[in-house]
Amino acid sequence: MAAVKPAPFTYRRAATLGEAVDLLAADPDAKVIAGGQSLVPMLNMRLARPGTLVDIGALSALDYVDVVAGRLEVGATATQADVAAHPLVRAHLPVLAAAIARIGHSQIRNRGTVCGSIAHHDPSAELPAVALALDAEILAFGPRGPVSYAAASFFTGTFDTALAADEIVTAVQFPLPAPATGWAFAEVARRSGDFALVGCVALLRTDAAGTVEEARLALFGVASTPVRLPEAEDLLTGRPATAEAFEEAARVAAEHLDPGSDSHASADYRREVAAHLVATTLADAFARTPAGSTADA
Amino acid sequence: MPEITLHVNGREHRLDVPDRMLLTDALRDRLGLTGTHVGCEHGVCGACTVLMDDRPVRACLTLAVQAEGRRIRTVESVAPSEDALHPVQQAMRDCHGLQCGFCTPGIVMSLVALHERAEGAGTVAEEEIDETLSGHLCRCTGYRNITAAARRALGADTAPCEHAPEGADR
Repeated sequence: MAAVKPAPFTYRRAATLGEAVDLLAADPDAKVIAGGQSLVPMLNMRLARPGTLVDIGALSALDYVDVVAGRLEVGATATQADVAAHPLVRAHLPVLAAAIARIGHSQIRNRGTVCGSIAHHDPSAELPAVALALDAEILAFGPRGPVSYAAASFFTGTFDTALAADEIVTAVQFPLPAPATGWAFAEVARRSGDFALVGCVALLRTDAAGTVEEARLALFGVASTPVRLPEAEDLLTGRPATAEAFEEAARVAAEHLDPGSDSHASADYRREVAAHLVATTLADAFARTPAGSTADA
Repeated sequence: MPEITLHVNGREHRLDVPDRMLLTDALRDRLGLTGTHVGCEHGVCGACTVLMDDRPVRACLTLAVQAEGRRIRTVESVAPSEDALHPVQQAMRDCHGLQCGFCTPGIVMSLVALHERAEGAGTVAEEEIDETLSGHLCRCTGYRNITAAARRALGADTAPCEHAPEGADR
């Protein structure tokens, strides 16, 4: 590949969120940049040719992690590395740290942001699936003031979201799972650090006897957005958390998936990997519940 | 063209750079710091890794204008003097952790960051060494020696390098 450089653009560094919104509104071809770990490769390849880059990286007021009213909130400029290492994340939402650990490499996570990954919405990326599994709320700000989006309606297609062109994601709120909820995150990629072929987020809550009270499953890499699996979730609810139930959920999940084929993997392969990941993440999530951790292996 | 101040290897430089100039090109072409290598230019190979405020980052995925106000360190800053090597560089040499050397500066910068953290915390986990090296591609396939060098430099392995060439300095 020849040396690759971005096409010309105008760079503007915003000192305040209001200034960032004004700068974004001033050019219909403007794009927001924070860590730039998804955008700069696209600029270098000239897959993206924005007229203006609005850098929100200096908005240090948005560099935070907080837990408020049962929600873990991550600000727009908090890097993936800082979020994954944050004591509040480790304590309250370890599934988020586990998902971040699979993003690129540590050198990428030192610059990339959690909110940037969600706003960018590569359908094979980890964090949109976590947001969907947890019913996260995406907070944004634009000329019409603050606005928020439910994850279930935010991801609309490959590199496409419900965010208006003049709005900036300011934070993501992840509702904390109910106490004693088990979790698991897994993905299959060709090499460490590559985008996943298929990945799965599983959350499982059972009663003391091991009967499933709530199951949440989100797959990525199998469609143009991350997908929940309501049929498999419903099948599990009210049933004992057993290997047989997890296998059946995996079969049902595969029946309802319609993944694409590309040079990386065929649709059949993706479906098979997805089913495998559903069964194994459910088992791993159950092992992290009080009932599952005391059950015989 | 914006005029920016870059803090590189402890020195301030006033530079006029185009908005779209990558940090790799500002370092190499404007400051003559050609130790930072340009490999894939889309964040995969790790050859361009530099430290930004003490953390390894991809200089090819950072605009020069974004580096204003941040503290950048390149491989040129690592050796303590003309005739001494940093412990990471010494381990790479002792264990023959390089062949053509193209990927080496990026690897050294990532390991220097780990080394500095290990000095503060006592040690680093072996998995962290592997995870750090996974962000660097060596097309000479020399990972055995690179891994051995990293483990030695970071105190995870104190045995002599079994892959060192004969006559290598110890």
